[in-house]
Amino acid sequence: MDDARMNGRALEFRDPQRGRELTALLGRLCASIGRAPISVMHVCGSHEQAIARFGLRASLPRALDVIMGPGCPVCVTDQPEVDEAVALALAGARIATYGDMLRVPGSAKSLADARADGARVDVVYSVSQAVELARHIDEELVFFASGFETTAVATAAALLAGTPSNFSVLSAHKYIPPVMEIVAEMPATRVEGFLAAGHAAAITGWGVFERFVEHHQIPVVVAGFEPLDILAGLARLLELIRDRRAAVVNAYPRCVTREGNRKAQEALWRVFRSIGGRWRGIAHVPNGNLRLRDEWAHVDTRRRFKIDLAGLWSYAPPRFAAQCICGDIMAGIATPSACPLFGTECLPDHPVGACMVSSEGTCRIWLEYGGRPDLGS
Amino acid sequence: MCLGVPGRVILVSGSVATVDFWGVRKEVMLDIVDEPVVPGDYVLNHVGYAIRKIPAAEVEATLALYEELLREVEREDLMAADVRGEIAAGDRKKNG
Repeated sequence: MDDARMNGRALEFRDPQRGRELTALLGRLCASIGRAPISVMHVCGSHEQAIARFGLRASLPRALDVIMGPGCPVCVTDQPEVDEAVALALAGARIATYGDMLRVPGSAKSLADARADGARVDVVYSVSQAVELARHIDEELVFFASGFETTAVATAAALLAGTPSNFSVLSAHKYIPPVMEIVAEMPATRVEGFLAAGHAAAITGWGVFERFVEHHQIPVVVAGFEPLDILAGLARLLELIRDRRAAVVNAYPRCVTREGNRKAQEALWRVFRSIGGRWRGIAHVPNGNLRLRDEWAHVDTRRRFKIDLAGLWSYAPPRFAAQCICGDIMAGIATPSACPLFGTECLPDHPVGACMVSSEGTCRIWLEYGGRPDLGS
Repeated sequence: MCLGVPGRVILVSGSVATVDFWGVRKEVMLDIVDEPVVPGDYVLNHVGYAIRKIPAAEVEATLALYEELLREVEREDLMAADVRGEIAAGDRKKNG
């Protein structure tokens, strides 16, 4: 396929006419289900970005409530994990991390605060960039690694390819399937179906959701990130809800297969194991955290250094932190507009909660693009 | 970079590919991509790593999915027309 044709193809995923037709289909499906609200949840910041950026929420049927769940890896990184990176930075280690992590508040400070205090914190686009940086310096470089399995795979690949002796990984990687179980069981969330993230499923394969669907009797549709991908995914999900069919449907066949990317899965599980841990604002998630296996102890920051968090205890906790409702927002119980801090005390330049930090966070996206427009009845 | 819009591979050198994303060229690692990649292929990229080679035929498959959904709309319309027809027939019977 030549460039012009491929480019044309990409635009077809945004074709407004098809979009209008799919939206009309969503309206019919909601009408045939015949009750409101019908709540579905997606678990991916990129889905929320696309929904907000293309104004999809305004065109969705009013009966359909599309909630963003715990789909922002930066947002669910817990304070103690940020504290570890901040303590290391203040102790003199050089930190490399993804840009989104800079402003995430720890229990006392963020990495941006630490940098203002003189710590060396580098923003990288890829783990391979961090490895390159380590090769060119003598001191210790700690890669503070955040992200779901899709991103953890990259970290795993970098370690498998070999890293210089001054490089280590402070893993805050998280694994999505277990948190879906938690959200499905929360009594306050009335989620009737999940829209699963296409990229994570490109790695894990859609087969990973079969057990979940069977256990919870909730349908899951894997969807891509173009506007039509999302509308088509929602249409499939509503069909399943209408027919009371708990099944997994792949609405993103150009990127996702049932088995997923075996090579990537092998790399992931050779380097990482899943253990239980707290997700900020959500809960303790059994098997929700990815940590380095024992064979990789030599590159595991936590085992290579004694991380002294006591130094942070002298700082006062950030103001307003107690009023933050990020947890309820990520659990789908509240929207940003229900938060007294949203857009006033909590802004991208000085975030109180993690949902305002990342470009994938619900609050940040709602502030940037507007949330649910009030179109009247 | 989470958009499923593919980049086109320009050059492969060992486990690194130079990939064109609509005019922006970036180096992408090929360590974990599921199939061998050659110049001209399209890949899905995530944080600097190719995670999937996208077969052109499967781009068509997604577009076909939209069409299928929309055909279902038409089918539903046809069913509605049947129902309307029956009601009309019933009315005629009642009145006739």
